[in-house]
Amino acid sequence: MIIRRRSALALCGVLTTLAVGLLPPAASAAPTADEPAGAAAPKVDLVLDVSGSMRTRDIDGKSRMAAAKQAFNEVLDAVPEEVELGIRTLGATYPGKDTKVGCKDTEQLYPVGPLDRTEAKTAVATLVPTGWTPIGPALLGAADDLEGGDATRRIVLITDGEDTCAPLDPCEVAREIAAKGIHLTIDTLGLVPDDKTRRQLTCIAEATGGTYTSVRHTDELSGRVKQLVDRAADPVVTPVATEGAARCADAPRIKPGLYSDREKFSEHRWYRVDVLPGQELRASVSVAADRAVDKDYGVLLRAVTVHGREIVRGSEAGDGRTDVMSTGLRYPKPENDDADTDTGGEEKPAAETVCLQVSNAFSAPDSVKTTPGLPVELSVDLVDAPDEASDAAAFGLGRGWWLLATLVLTGLVAGLLWGWISRLRVVWEAN
Amino acid sequence: MRTVTDVTRFAGLFARSLLAGLLLVLGTAGAALADESPAATASEDSDSAEAPTEAGTSFRTATAFRPGQRATAEASSGDYLYWVFPADTGQRATVSAKVEFPESAAARRGALTWRIDVYDGLRRRQPCVYGAQTRALAADARAVELRCTLRTVRAWAEPWSDDPLPGSYFVRLTVVSGQQVDLGLPVRAEVEAAMKDVGGSAAVDGTLSVPLTPGRTTVSQSENGGASSEGARLAASGVEPEDGWSSGWWTDRWLWTVAGGVLGALAGIGGYTLARPARR
Repeated sequence: MIIRRRSALALCGVLTTLAVGLLPPAASAAPTADEPAGAAAPKVDLVLDVSGSMRTRDIDGKSRMAAAKQAFNEVLDAVPEEVELGIRTLGATYPGKDTKVGCKDTEQLYPVGPLDRTEAKTAVATLVPTGWTPIGPALLGAADDLEGGDATRRIVLITDGEDTCAPLDPCEVAREIAAKGIHLTIDTLGLVPDDKTRRQLTCIAEATGGTYTSVRHTDELSGRVKQLVDRAADPVVTPVATEGAARCADAPRIKPGLYSDREKFSEHRWYRVDVLPGQELRASVSVAADRAVDKDYGVLLRAVTVHGREIVRGSEAGDGRTDVMSTGLRYPKPENDDADTDTGGEEKPAAETVCLQVSNAFSAPDSVKTTPGLPVELSVDLVDAPDEASDAAAFGLGRGWWLLATLVLTGLVAGLLWGWISRLRVVWEAN
Repeated sequence: MRTVTDVTRFAGLFARSLLAGLLLVLGTAGAALADESPAATASEDSDSAEAPTEAGTSFRTATAFRPGQRATAEASSGDYLYWVFPADTGQRATVSAKVEFPESAAARRGALTWRIDVYDGLRRRQPCVYGAQTRALAADARAVELRCTLRTVRAWAEPWSDDPLPGSYFVRLTVVSGQQVDLGLPVRAEVEAAMKDVGGSAAVDGTLSVPLTPGRTTVSQSENGGASSEGARLAASGVEPEDGWSSGWWTDRWLWTVAGGVLGALAGIGGYTLARPARR
């Protein structure tokens, strides 16, 4: 289904690209007809480093800036129509030596909104490598650019050097942005990166659930940025932000759906779900490791009654490099078979409140900040309860040669007995 | 009310299973032959045309593919790649993946360890019964192949067990250890799922009301003005085997049991013929 949709989108893109040349820009800004009404457009902000180091000529014999410009041209041509795209630069204007000024040097080159390809391309063409690399402020600026709407948001950061504007750590900035619960992902691309840049960009991507790519060739750059912009166009369910409580009694009552929350190291979060008799509760939880964590970790999801009795649990542990740690549980609540005299008059049987406890066993070195907590994604489904098994085998049926031999032997013995009895009867009747 | 729905449901299921049973009995040989030759060119072409060329980056955005399809993706080493495929009762899935570095990234600083993890529809990790789930790719090697065979999918399991149940299965392909300098390089990944029908030996009693596919109720939530954008769906919730989920009524145990009954009756008649009084 996705594929069909994507090819439809691609077709739309081709058609509109053709149309852009013929129609005035305003027409291309109109929403496409097949887009569901009221759907918020996915937003992407491309953040491009225009610092002095972008002059270095080491990408396919061209300067980094030339490679970036070429890639941008290709990407701008291929942007799916429903995506609202903006461009922000960092280090584009101030060539001086003053850190204070240089570290504020970020500006919006093209506002996030319906894309006018020609205008955006012209804007990109004017860029000249100039100043500093203030990644942190640029990310904050980009987050502001993407303000509003409920759709997916994506920042694609393209840079060739690390942020030297201490004390604002861009990695912390990224985590703060992600913690706002606005479904914002930052993907980073490093142009011929050195170790420090790589570490910083990886950290930024990790903090928001994004990806990091190191780029050495122009086609790698344009291909990857195109892919990331296309990804933003894929319709995706965004979770609803919620906040679990420290105890079951205070926990928020949640309906089936997808939720996001934050949980600190070794913190417990409780939620409550109402389960009717004859329903099955299905819950899964993912706790993301969005920062450097110690190498062993785990996550536990428990379903507990209001009185504190554990019904069922899901747990998972692991080690090594990971993005999330997930587990899940099922709790089928049987149908009330015995006629309950107390609630006999009521139509609806009483729902049971099930408390869900999410806990994690992540830990981190002292140097790592513990706030905001780790991102938690909780998915809750309520479906009809299953048909319980009454036997180990399907419908209690048999299978195999032993079964056949037993049945044949039984039949044979029964036949023989019946034959002998008949014979005896004949003898007896004759006498 | 309940009895009425039960009766209609039972009737529907009965009719379906009867039909399925009849078809199976009549066409077992044919179907077996058809299963043996998946390389029929026409179907292969349509499969590869539809196979996804992108991978998701989380459980939520996992890309769906069907068993038999070869899903591919261009990615960066270090990305967490997610796919999702359906597995039905009685099937034993073998997930295989291949990771290949292009010429430009052929030489790396050190070894990278790749791993495939399979999770069920409840995001519970499913163990691999056999297959090289984790494998290190040497610094100068171009490609590595991974494989993971899951346990047979059962129709029903106790809630306290994590036995595989019919539903969607997530595949996560990623680097689990390696030097940071080798992450972020361009890489091409392929993933495939092959299904083996285990048959009646794995047929257990009981059925789930609906397969274990996540996000069944997420769509309705978005209608109530939730944060979800309209038209958005979890890819995993639309995952379904090519000919739908099995009703859970058909198992070859019916054949064995019926055959046993018939043979028993024949043996009974035979025994009687041997022992009966001589005819006059």
